[in-house]
Amino acid sequence: MYPENFRYTKEHEWVLVEGDTATVGITDHAQRELGDIVYVDLPKVGARLEQGASFGSVESVKAVSDVYSPVSGEVTGVNAALADTPEALNQDPHGAAWLVKLKLANPAEVEGLMSAADYVVYVGAEK
Amino acid sequence: MPNEAIFRSNPNRTQSLTLSKTNPCPPLDSRASRAAIPSRLHQPARRFTLRPAALCARKRTAPLPRHRWFDTLVSVLLAWVFMPDVQPLRVTPLNSVHRALGAKMVDFGGWDMPVQYTGIIDEHNAVRRAVGIFDVSHMGEIEIRGPEAAKLTGYVTTNAVARLQIGQAHYSGLLYDHGGFVDDILVHKVAEDHYFLCVNASNQDKDFEHIRSQNRFDATVENAGGRYAQIAVQGPRAQATLQKLTPVDLSAIRYYWFTHGEISGAHARIARTGYTGEDGYEIYIPPADAARLWNDLMRAGAEFGIQPAGLGARNTLRLEAGMALYGHEIDASISPLEAGLGWIVKLDKGDFVGRGALVKQKESGLRRKLAGFEMRGRGIGRDGYEVLLNGVPAGWVTSGSPSPTLNKNIGLCYLPAEEAQPGKSIQIAIRNQPVDAVTVETPFYRRAK
Repeated sequence: MYPENFRYTKEHEWVLVEGDTATVGITDHAQRELGDIVYVDLPKVGARLEQGASFGSVESVKAVSDVYSPVSGEVTGVNAALADTPEALNQDPHGAAWLVKLKLANPAEVEGLMSAADYVVYVGAEK
Repeated sequence: MPNEAIFRSNPNRTQSLTLSKTNPCPPLDSRASRAAIPSRLHQPARRFTLRPAALCARKRTAPLPRHRWFDTLVSVLLAWVFMPDVQPLRVTPLNSVHRALGAKMVDFGGWDMPVQYTGIIDEHNAVRRAVGIFDVSHMGEIEIRGPEAAKLTGYVTTNAVARLQIGQAHYSGLLYDHGGFVDDILVHKVAEDHYFLCVNASNQDKDFEHIRSQNRFDATVENAGGRYAQIAVQGPRAQATLQKLTPVDLSAIRYYWFTHGEISGAHARIARTGYTGEDGYEIYIPPADAARLWNDLMRAGAEFGIQPAGLGARNTLRLEAGMALYGHEIDASISPLEAGLGWIVKLDKGDFVGRGALVKQKESGLRRKLAGFEMRGRGIGRDGYEVLLNGVPAGWVTSGSPSPTLNKNIGLCYLPAEEAQPGKSIQIAIRNQPVDAVTVETPFYRRAK
């Protein structure tokens, strides 16, 4: 369910680091808690994100939720397809429905995030 | 994403499901019609609760000195006064049914209620296209009986009780003297000396006290919520579903009429009413019969694709149908005239609570009015967001949501009365960005007859 090569935040985002590029999304747990996702608000390419700061929002029919950046860095890519198909976040949150790609500012930040195993325990304990 | 359950997320964001505990009687003009709206009004109301832990802790850490019997008395009285707020969430007789179905449960005005089962859009569509069932047992019931039951009911509500026939129901308002809403309710005439009121869950105790305080008639008022469970069967296949379970000829019940009869062996009050914009029935039964009726309905509707529907779908359905939700479109600071509910106000019927204020408001002209809107730019104008006219704050969104039926983002908002006509360009402030919208006619959705 939760890929081993991702790292996870307590706010239910994931990050995949490949070289100095980080791909960021929301977890399957997050999409299930939100329900039908109908709108995604994302930053523009070039925006600088701070670890732990809100960089956009995801809206379901009922609620608006901020998304927080797991790591700091500059936005190098935005998943433009989500503007027209936000429901992809309900279907493939760990794959096709990634949110943004970043150029890592401080790779060491990743070390402080949860592993897949830790996240599963965390989500279980949260219930 | 927030850590908290997502439906209790950011207080500055939308909270459509949060029901308010209304502050007592703010005057009708407490919201300026054109100036910026006081921020309080945009914040979803929070339930005021004393945590049980806090009370216990105080008792444990501060042992009572001898002879301080007065303090003991005070703390006992305080605990008693706050009891309703320290009790756990209230549950309906169908609570375990919802949990077994895997529903996502939320605190809805102090009740543990299902917000969704499979998904809001899915449930919404089932009601529009086939049939859905809702547990609305949290709704309150108040019975008014006695030789002057009609007089009391007519005095505390805005609609013309005298025009109701036995077996007929109507939508109505309970108002304060100043013309703001205590609640919006359904009034059923059961007999010449018996009226049955269906009221909002979180308002029932307040409504009951309000009606009792106005009772100078030969009538009794009973807070009867505990005696009823209520299930709503809604959608184009509602009648076909329900008819399998009852000998009552359901097609003979006209819209906003009701009758009594057996359903699934339970004695029921069956009303052709609803809160979805679809045909359907609201069924009042003894709590002990609720689970059996629910399960029988699920079986009876299986061939039509029946789905249990939660409060999430209930909200999107009622919004498309342009129906008010207490705590959103209406509350103690809003009059029925402002809310577009002039049709439930019968000023010519004789005196009633709030009449004087409404007459005065009609004479001096309305300052603000409820209007429907559709988003033109990207984004969803949610409850509590500010509405701008030419960049200037002019009102606020009372309800806003994606519309699953229309595939648009829709909402209701208050605007200065002279600006509230359809076709007006407005902007909604979404995360401090003005996003274009336009006012439109309501209801947004009307079923084909």
